[in-house]
Amino acid sequence: MDLGEINPVLLVASLMVAATPLLLAAIGELVVEKAGVLNLGVEGMMIVGAISGFAISVESGSPWLGFIAAAIGGALLSLLFVLLTQIALANQVASGLALTLFGLGFSALMGQSYVGVKPPDMSEIHIPVISDIPVIGPILFQHDPILYVGIALTAAVWATLKYTRVGLVLRAVGENHDAAHALGYKVIKIRILAIMFGGACAGLGGAYISLIRVPQWTEGMTAGVGWIALALVVFASWKPWRALLGAYLFGGITVLQLNLQAAGVAIPVEYLAMSPYIITILVLVILSADKSSAPASLGRTFHASH
Amino acid sequence: MTMPLLSLQDLTKAYPGVVANDHVTFNIDEGEVHALLGENGAGKSTLVKMIYGLVKPDSGKMMLRGQPFMPQEPRAARADGIAMVFQHFSLFDALNVAENIALGMENPPAMSDLASRIRGVSETYGLPLDPYRTVGDLSAGERQRVEIIRCLLQDPKLLIMDEPTSVLTPQEVEILFETLKKLRSEGTSILYISHKLEEIRALCDNATILRLGKNVGECVPAETSAREMAEMMVGATLQTPQRAGRDFGEVALDVSGLTVPSPSDFGTALQNVHMTVRKGEILGIGGVAGNGQDELLGVLSGEILTTSDAIKFNGQAIGKLGPTARRKLGVLTAPEERLGHAAAPDMSLIENALLTGSVREKLENNGFLKWTETKGFAEKIIQAFDVRTPGPENAARSLSGGNLQKFVIGREVLQDPDVLVVNQPTWGVDAAAAAAIRQAILDLAAKGTAVICISQDLDELMEIADSFAALNEGRLSAPRPTTGLTVDEIGLMMGGAHGMEVAHV
Amino acid sequence: MIVLEKRPQPSRAWSFATPLVAVLATMVFGGVLFAVLGKNPVEAIGTIFWEPLFGEFAFYYRPQLLVKGAPLVLIAIGLSLGFRAGIWNIGAEGQYIMGAIFGAAAGLAFYPLEAWYIFPVMVFAGALGGWVWAMIPAILKVRFGTNEILVSLMLVYVAEQILASVSLGLLKNPEGFGFPGSRNLQSYPSAYNSELITGSGMHWGVVAAFVAVIFAYVLLNRHLLGFHIRLTGEAPRAARFAGVNPARLILFCLGTSGVLAGLAGMFEVSGPSGVVSIDFNVGYGFTAIIVAFLGRLHPLGIMLAGFLMALTYIGGEIAQSQLGLPAAAIQVFQGMLLFFLLAFDLLTNYRIRAARSEVA
Repeated sequence: MDLGEINPVLLVASLMVAATPLLLAAIGELVVEKAGVLNLGVEGMMIVGAISGFAISVESGSPWLGFIAAAIGGALLSLLFVLLTQIALANQVASGLALTLFGLGFSALMGQSYVGVKPPDMSEIHIPVISDIPVIGPILFQHDPILYVGIALTAAVWATLKYTRVGLVLRAVGENHDAAHALGYKVIKIRILAIMFGGACAGLGGAYISLIRVPQWTEGMTAGVGWIALALVVFASWKPWRALLGAYLFGGITVLQLNLQAAGVAIPVEYLAMSPYIITILVLVILSADKSSAPASLGRTFHASH
Repeated sequence: MTMPLLSLQDLTKAYPGVVANDHVTFNIDEGEVHALLGENGAGKSTLVKMIYGLVKPDSGKMMLRGQPFMPQEPRAARADGIAMVFQHFSLFDALNVAENIALGMENPPAMSDLASRIRGVSETYGLPLDPYRTVGDLSAGERQRVEIIRCLLQDPKLLIMDEPTSVLTPQEVEILFETLKKLRSEGTSILYISHKLEEIRALCDNATILRLGKNVGECVPAETSAREMAEMMVGATLQTPQRAGRDFGEVALDVSGLTVPSPSDFGTALQNVHMTVRKGEILGIGGVAGNGQDELLGVLSGEILTTSDAIKFNGQAIGKLGPTARRKLGVLTAPEERLGHAAAPDMSLIENALLTGSVREKLENNGFLKWTETKGFAEKIIQAFDVRTPGPENAARSLSGGNLQKFVIGREVLQDPDVLVVNQPTWGVDAAAAAAIRQAILDLAAKGTAVICISQDLDELMEIADSFAALNEGRLSAPRPTTGLTVDEIGLMMGGAHGMEVAHV
Repeated sequence: MIVLEKRPQPSRAWSFATPLVAVLATMVFGGVLFAVLGKNPVEAIGTIFWEPLFGEFAFYYRPQLLVKGAPLVLIAIGLSLGFRAGIWNIGAEGQYIMGAIFGAAAGLAFYPLEAWYIFPVMVFAGALGGWVWAMIPAILKVRFGTNEILVSLMLVYVAEQILASVSLGLLKNPEGFGFPGSRNLQSYPSAYNSELITGSGMHWGVVAAFVAVIFAYVLLNRHLLGFHIRLTGEAPRAARFAGVNPARLILFCLGTSGVLAGLAGMFEVSGPSGVVSIDFNVGYGFTAIIVAFLGRLHPLGIMLAGFLMALTYIGGEIAQSQLGLPAAAIQVFQGMLLFFLLAFDLLTNYRIRAARSEVA
């Protein structure tokens, strides 16, 4: 065992990479939940995003096209959730589970011919001078563009929810859909858009795993990241910046346990590998006491009777 | 003759099984306060929803200042100068006052400008309100002010008010009326929906009366007696419940020093509540909605547990007993919310009979259910309380509000309670059913049951209660005998006008 | 324009019909999927639904229906109790794994002793393993209000890691030449959950599944506790008013589903599988969610749904070997089934009408 082999600068830099898929998925789900919808299908949308992004970037040779395809793939799958919960008024918990089960199977089917293939590289941004600053440079300024997209998205969602009319209406719909309907807002339409945004974000998050973080395709490779993203939204009390903080915290744990495994620490691999899940549970326990910031209509089905 | 502001012609809207509006025709003039009067279920709400663009009529037409008017959505209605204050507030608890108001406007200004405009309007019309307070923390009267200011900021030509006084204390009602009269003097028309006749007589210029969806008459309220209007509204001569003079027995229920936090975020904590009810006595508890009524019912039913001594039944401390144990002793309750609290909407009446009846009616044996006996109990309730339903197998939600309420009250009354607590026993119930329910409560008291009736309908309490107390922000005033109480005194017990130090415009 | 109109009460006819309609729709769309994959859709659907029952080798496949269906039914019955009450245990896969580990460990602890009480001890240990694993989300929910969906699911991943750990360590076969995995319980008579009637597929797990169906039926239809479970799901506030203690109900529902999932795992590891190994679990815990919904959360419905789902597993395997249909296609097929079921369920509670055109 040699803890000295763990390089703190690389650790922090790779923490940001590990956190990005979580962040993307969590920000998307945060918007969905702010609109009053609980979509438990994040894992399914991520894995479908992972394979659509992977397949398109391999076929086209462009990781950018891959990411766009992943967003579209995630959004398309979320349309199934829309169909079930917004049109057919099915239970959101059951529908989310259905989405995940279906997504896992569907991605496995789509990905059969991509096992073992290497995707095209997405080059890291390199800004002269800034990126070369010791310590800070590698940590902050030597990443792939999508990582920055994730941070920018967090800022954009935060500003939209807080300062814009669209954000206000979205929050209103999540808070009290009957009142929003009485004022003439299109509850279903707004929710459909939010769900699709969530799907697109989850898709991006999934593709980040298959194209950048790993990068290759294996069945079920999201391994619960979508579920952790759901926990992260609770952790963040539905606040975007706290979601970022939480994602980095979980990213840190994941990277640390991988580094400890590599460094050959005397803890068995399995126990290190289960640590992110156990820590998720612990965090949920600590934060469950305060549910006051949850949108009041979360998970309730809306049907305009008159 | 001047052109009416809004003219409704032959408006018809049918829902499966019921014609909500059947060729309704009337006019509202400029600067007129027009009352729309009718029982629950007479079709008032459907009618105003059509004017506000929430519901589309099946046939008929509307003319606004002589122009055809058919709003496709509330936004269009608002653009044409129609504003509406809803009966059940369309407010967002977690958002602040300014955000709530912005949501009801087409092109809201920036938040800081909006806040100063809110302050301006609230001063002009004597409706004090802080734009940055969270709406969930406001009293019912203050919440209504949010709605009214939201409407006034749009400079409406027609203001629709749906049962606005049901959440106000008598003092707050007076202030509201001042505001409305000021609006009328400025040329705003008001469509005022209510079933409270004295209010209409005090405020409105003209009245249209709806019964079962049909326009059954118009009158000038100031020149018509309340009784005449009531009979037009109900279509029959009204029967007032019979109450026999009676003596009270010993104290059955004794609540002392009861203090509990509310289980919900925007609920009201009960603070140091004291009251006693004697056998055969009906204690009426008045107060504006949201002042702790739900919590008080929860505490008495055993859904919210307290310190053991805070509640005593025949001298026995029961504060820590759950609903089942209290039922066993004879303390029964009927909550306000019929669907989802007093009854499970999708379950049959048989299952709903079991819901509270299992203990006292012996509908189970070591946990195993006796469905035949349960069905018998359900049928007994249906029969005794004239519940209109094809049979006990039907789901609770298939019943009309009045019928389900008769079922819910009947279920408790037939279990022969020693103490019965009811919350809003006749809320949203038609006049005939309301009279039947009140009579049942009076009969029960005559047989020696101690009754607590929580209600926001002061007329109801004056009619059946022997003593009266008011809930205000979780505190209960000292009970006083109802005979000789004046409206002013009652209003003061209810807390006067909330958050209004200067009560004049 | 088409509008939805809430029915005054749920339609009984549709509540029976939706599972059938969903199965038919899945066959149609599954056929389309198989056609896209370049397989003859009629042949593929036929292989999946016909071969196991009436094909040339049906004598071999029919008992397999019981073997595959039993754990699904056992788990789904447990899940349905919670689902009825609005308590979402979706970590049955983890409870299934823990039941298998506990059960196998209890058996292997006696090795090579032969005694009548070993198998009963294993049954108890398996139930205990599943129960313990389900009580974690239950207690956290009761005590801290933690979301049971996320916790029970996280525990699946933890259980999988524990499974990996014990197959490589604690329970590894000392005579296994270093290969991962435990001793084979099939060759340890006292611990072997063998067929009760040779060639029938009937083992103790199948018996347990039937018992669970009857137990759940009586509970839900004849007992106050079952009434309280249904009431809590329909109207939680009314349940409080009726005197239901929500904490106790959560502990009961999650505990029962844990016990049943644990038993399913134990019967599987001591019988059809025989070995604790890294790839011991094949997703029964998740498929059981589909089974529970397909059976409309009704015990008898679940029994039928369990055997239908077992059919798609076995038929899928046949289609895999005979037609080269990818295994993932069957997973998609099962996912589709849940989709259609949820979608068509609309018709139970709502009526679809063509709205009259709006004349102003």
